[in-house]
Amino acid sequence: MQTVFKRTPTLKDYPTHYCPGCGHGIAHRLVCEVIDELGIHGKTIGIAPVGCAVLAYDYFDVDMVEVAHGRAPAVATGMKRTNPDKIVFSYQGDGDLAAIGTAEIIHAAHRAEQLTVIFINNAVFGMTGGQMAPTTMLGQITATTPQGRQADGQGYPLNVSELLAVLPGAIYVERCGLCSPAHIRKAKAALKHAFELQINNAKGLSLVELLSPCPTYWRMTPPDSMLYIQNEMTKVFPLGKLKG
Amino acid sequence: MCGNEAMAEAAIQAGLDAYFGYPITPQNEVTAYMSQRMSEEKRVFVQSESELAAINMVFGAAATGKRTMTSSSSPGISLMQEGISYLAAAELPCVIVNVMRGGPGLGNIAPSQGDYFQSVKGGGHGDYHCIVFGPSSVQEFADIMPLAFDLADKYRIPAIILADGILGQMMEPVVIPTNSKLNTHKLKLPKKDWALTGADGRKQNIVRSLWLAEGAVEQHNYDLQAKYRQIEKNETRCEQSDVDDADIIIVAYGICARIARRAAQQAREQGIKVGCIRPITLWPFPSEQISKAADKSPIFLVVEMSCGQMVEDVRLAVAGKTPVVFWGRPGGGIPTVEKILEKIEQLTIKPKK
Ligand SMILES: Cc1ncc(C[n+]2csc(CCOP(=O)(O)OP(=O)(O)O)c2C)c(N)n1
Ligand code: SF4
Ligand SMILES: [Mg+2]
Repeated sequence: MQTVFKRTPTLKDYPTHYCPGCGHGIAHRLVCEVIDELGIHGKTIGIAPVGCAVLAYDYFDVDMVEVAHGRAPAVATGMKRTNPDKIVFSYQGDGDLAAIGTAEIIHAAHRAEQLTVIFINNAVFGMTGGQMAPTTMLGQITATTPQGRQADGQGYPLNVSELLAVLPGAIYVERCGLCSPAHIRKAKAALKHAFELQINNAKGLSLVELLSPCPTYWRMTPPDSMLYIQNEMTKVFPLGKLKG
Repeated sequence: MCGNEAMAEAAIQAGLDAYFGYPITPQNEVTAYMSQRMSEEKRVFVQSESELAAINMVFGAAATGKRTMTSSSSPGISLMQEGISYLAAAELPCVIVNVMRGGPGLGNIAPSQGDYFQSVKGGGHGDYHCIVFGPSSVQEFADIMPLAFDLADKYRIPAIILADGILGQMMEPVVIPTNSKLNTHKLKLPKKDWALTGADGRKQNIVRSLWLAEGAVEQHNYDLQAKYRQIEKNETRCEQSDVDDADIIIVAYGICARIARRAAQQAREQGIKVGCIRPITLWPFPSEQISKAADKSPIFLVVEMSCGQMVEDVRLAVAGKTPVVFWGRPGGGIPTVEKILEKIEQLTIKPKK
């Protein structure tokens, strides 16, 4: 029999704790495949966020640290500055990166830290029970927007990637969607580019935002979640390269 | 050299790989000094966007096994408490210098000892301790740096140097302890085989503070406590002077201890038998030494630049064996020799029958 698909070595053989149809699993596999294809497994250090992906080190077979909520870009700065020969990446949710850790990501980009940031935008706080995130869509029902998010009082969805893209220290910013096989292939290419820049010692921060399904707190089936990204989320968070 | 600069140079000589900090008075000399010297040494200096970021940069560098530190003053140290709790939980070695100023709130920029509770009782969330030093001269401020780094490495624990604005700004002749990267204090430091250096040809290393399995965090706490008991046993340091025959023993640390010592000497000249105990480590606290001294029933006078914080630990150590009296000044007030002498004299007045 011919093997047509197998787990990439950096992705550990570990039972998943993610909900069915969750985008984190897809993102994990893409990151691990990229690490293996680029041959950087032995010199990569990853940073797990506080969020549903807090146990990312159970899946990524590289040296990893778990840090306080939102502080990954500061921790990454401490790591990369003292270990310029290592490849340092942070993996962060939209609560982690776009709410509590806004200052840290903006200033890491502002200082042009040579880091790779994987930003999982699922428009909610998944881990704490599906509350509103800064990225929550207008009208979206969450645990803390029972009537749907209203701009008046709850603000508009926050486009952090667009904010970051204007900073000279951010050299590559792209938004992709984990919402169809074709989109997922594109996302992988973007992740690969983001790591390649760091490998090639490019002077600045690269970030890939991944629109990622959270079927549980979107109260949708996994296929509907993917369609929701394609048809609704991309209107507010347009896909494509924002910088670089 | 001022205390801040002497301490900074001592840290560099102790093998500091990376300094991260955010300016705040009265420790701005440290950030400025480090920005110059660390680049001369081709080591890492980053002026962070906040103390929150600074302590997390320290966390990152420490997780890869590097010698790293930050410094700040009271309001900035408050912002670092989250990070310090994570450092303690993940058992990462580092050094944090707090050049204390008046508080609470923005307070003022005058010297203070108001952050004792925050430093020795935890400060952040959870059951943890940091090793805390209270140097009392510019020379000691410098001498403690290599020791702080060594003990941090030995026990995988954050070490805090609790100084104050006087010590930071004061100019005194000082000899910087040099080339102390390894074993100045004859410590055999363990290998940092837990550090994140890339899983090249070995199993993955993970630095974490979350354990979801039932009982795992409980066990982690017991392990931390066992380590703390070891540190209490091995690393408690204090200085005692004229204690044996003393009717009054002053307990004071840092710059206060120097003022208290002068007052004690003058009291002796007047025929009042006063001794001094000066904790050098504030955690672990020299409870045993104080308890032993209490057996001879002197009166304890605790002098602090606060409304009375360390006095609680003295009371715990004395355990009711003999009276413990407090006198101090908060919010930037500096105790004078005269005022302490006055207190001593009051304590010698015998109650009328
Ligand atoms: C300081 C602090 N505040 C709040 C929390 C609780 N908390 C844990 S995860 C989280 C939000 C996570 O959302 P996100 O980053 O979007 O990740 P997701 O779970 O959606 O992948 C919050 C608020 C915490 N752990 N620490
Ligand atoms: S709650 Fe949402 S983000 Fe979290 S694991 Fe489930 S689907 Fe994924
Ligand atoms: Mg989220």
